[in-house]
Amino acid sequence: MGTVETGWEQGDAGEWQDAGVTRRQSSRRAAVEGPRTYVEPRARKGPNEKLADFLGWFSVGLGVSQIIMPRVVSKICGIDDSDGNTVLMRALGMRELTSGVGILTQKHPTNWVWSRVAGDVMDLALLGKVASNDENHRGRTTLATAAVLGVLALDVLSAQQLAQSPNTAVNPDVDEEGIHVRKTITVNKSPEEVYSFWHDFENLPRFMRHLESVRMTSEGRSHWVAKAPAGKSVEWDAVTTRDIPNELIAWRSEGDADIYNEGEVRFQAAPRGDATEIHVDLTYTPPFGVAGRVGAKMAKLFRKEPGQEVQDDLFALKQVLEVGEIVLSDATVRKGMPHPAQPDR
Amino acid sequence: MKATCWMGKRKVEVVDVPDPKILNQQDAIVKISSTAICGSDLHLYNGFVPTMERGDILGHEFMGEVVEVGRGVKKVKVGDRVVVPFPIACGVCAACKAELYSVCENSNPNKWMAEKMWGHSPAGIFGYSHLTGGFAGGQAEFARVPFADVGPVKIENGFTDEQVLFLSDIFPTGYMGAEMCDIKQGDTIAVWGCGPVGQFAIASAFLLGAERVIAIDRFPYRLEMARDKAGAETINYEQVDSVIETLNDMTAGRGPDACIDAVGMEGHAPGIKYLYDRTKQMGRMETDRPIALREAIMSCRNGGTVSVIGVYGGLIDKFPIGALMNRSLQLKTGQCHVQRYTKKLLGLIEEGKIDPSFVITHRMRLSDAPHGYDMFVNKQDNCEKIVLKA
Repeated sequence: MGTVETGWEQGDAGEWQDAGVTRRQSSRRAAVEGPRTYVEPRARKGPNEKLADFLGWFSVGLGVSQIIMPRVVSKICGIDDSDGNTVLMRALGMRELTSGVGILTQKHPTNWVWSRVAGDVMDLALLGKVASNDENHRGRTTLATAAVLGVLALDVLSAQQLAQSPNTAVNPDVDEEGIHVRKTITVNKSPEEVYSFWHDFENLPRFMRHLESVRMTSEGRSHWVAKAPAGKSVEWDAVTTRDIPNELIAWRSEGDADIYNEGEVRFQAAPRGDATEIHVDLTYTPPFGVAGRVGAKMAKLFRKEPGQEVQDDLFALKQVLEVGEIVLSDATVRKGMPHPAQPDR
Repeated sequence: MKATCWMGKRKVEVVDVPDPKILNQQDAIVKISSTAICGSDLHLYNGFVPTMERGDILGHEFMGEVVEVGRGVKKVKVGDRVVVPFPIACGVCAACKAELYSVCENSNPNKWMAEKMWGHSPAGIFGYSHLTGGFAGGQAEFARVPFADVGPVKIENGFTDEQVLFLSDIFPTGYMGAEMCDIKQGDTIAVWGCGPVGQFAIASAFLLGAERVIAIDRFPYRLEMARDKAGAETINYEQVDSVIETLNDMTAGRGPDACIDAVGMEGHAPGIKYLYDRTKQMGRMETDRPIALREAIMSCRNGGTVSVIGVYGGLIDKFPIGALMNRSLQLKTGQCHVQRYTKKLLGLIEEGKIDPSFVITHRMRLSDAPHGYDMFVNKQDNCEKIVLKA
């Protein structure tokens, strides 16, 4: 299990900072806890992807230059601009462009960065051949070789970084450690009301539709039963790890849980009206090990991402708190699609 | 019960389906006395709205008698005669509190679907695809009505169904279209589309103090209704070289003070303009044909308002943002917040200021709905508005 970022850290700025988004803090929160800095936990590109992106754009730029003005690029590298060399330069340009587009567009660009490494090796071989020809400009070729060596080092570094860091924007939701979800909703009720509803864990199955029941077993401890495929159920015990009235509840499964999970929910006064922003952070491992993770990936391909279930649950919570129950339509009383919007038999 | 079901593109059937049941505490079941086919039903009929399923019950303009209520219903009682607004609204969320009922935050159970398509979700709507909730519609013998205390309007003064039925959609929609124009004394308003919503937009513009209303369509019988029943001047766009120039002529070069698009996604135009959009639409390069919208924007006077009440579903091409921006135009739009207007408009009917039944041209049995759709979509027999009697 790697670090589970809560997304919240103490900071010294009196504002919320969300990677470029700043906004004033509500006075209510300031009075209770003092300023915080918000750090986007996932989904945004980390330094590893930023390097890969830089290399991707570099490839695109170089590739386009090689294709459009092969003679100029040849001259810079100290190569004579014969027709044969121009054709070769254009071919190399196509290769660069392909690598670049691959890096920038693919969700898992690691192999595309390795394709750049292979390209660098090819370029070095060609430059070696150029340097051995007296008709070429040796000084320029040496500079070009140095440049390729520098880029080669960056390429290798980037490829290794990407290979070692699955838990980033490259692969934001599902990884070896489990599924990470962060979702929010605004509910037209006060933080006090929302907190006290959530704090009674036995209310949770009213809006978390995969739950059968949650029972308080002792102070700060609860027993959870969730529905599983084929009419089965999974159970675990959880402990409340933090509890700040009207503000925050955090919990974690205990012992040999069928589903390892931990989560945190924050309740924050919305800027307008007597409303509450609910922020949920969850990490869980789906049951059935690898199969569960594959299932989660498959679910993501069709309609529901792991986070969508949580978003749906938050919507259900909003409905329960605002109108008293989950709103049904003729189509939604039945599971799955497609089926007609008409009363059920 | 019998219900009008969408069975595929250009195919509806009246079939036997189960009777509706109370699903939520604030539901009522309404035995439908009158219901109507809306121009926006034709968008579903023609297959331009995604997420329709075979067997979906159509219809969002209906009224009738309450025959059952859930235990959370306080105001509406069994036996009440009610008209039901087409947007489903909870009445308590931030949007409803701001009287933006057609973007109620709680009434679309398929919110996730709408969010993928439109960024955020509007309210649920009766019989209007799964994107807006998958609610069974009202072209049927019975309908389940959620939030019965919020939407339905009680009718107590002995009006006929035909006088009040259109409080469910087209009268408030036309009225909101005119209200968004922020009409001042002496204003000239142009209205694209003389379907039922266009007729109510014209009538409402006069009610709100417009000096002149100019109506644009291509069907002589619709233009005649706009002239004779609603009091508009008219332009048949197939008989003029340019609608924009004609409007300039009629307004001494200023252009109308506000323009209302009561056409929406299936606009027509003579010649190449129509072919261009129809081709792009067929190739799925745009979902909607914004012919009327473009013309409305180009025609509007500098600093004027363009009010869009015709229904759009997705993406359009060649949107004249330059005209909108450089000429200080305002664009206002929305599905009608019907619940905001019902009391006021019922008052206008009571005072005799308007009789909404003027748009009705055809009355049929519910079982004739397939014939009605066919007639309405092909504009046969001077068809303007069809009311179905259950």
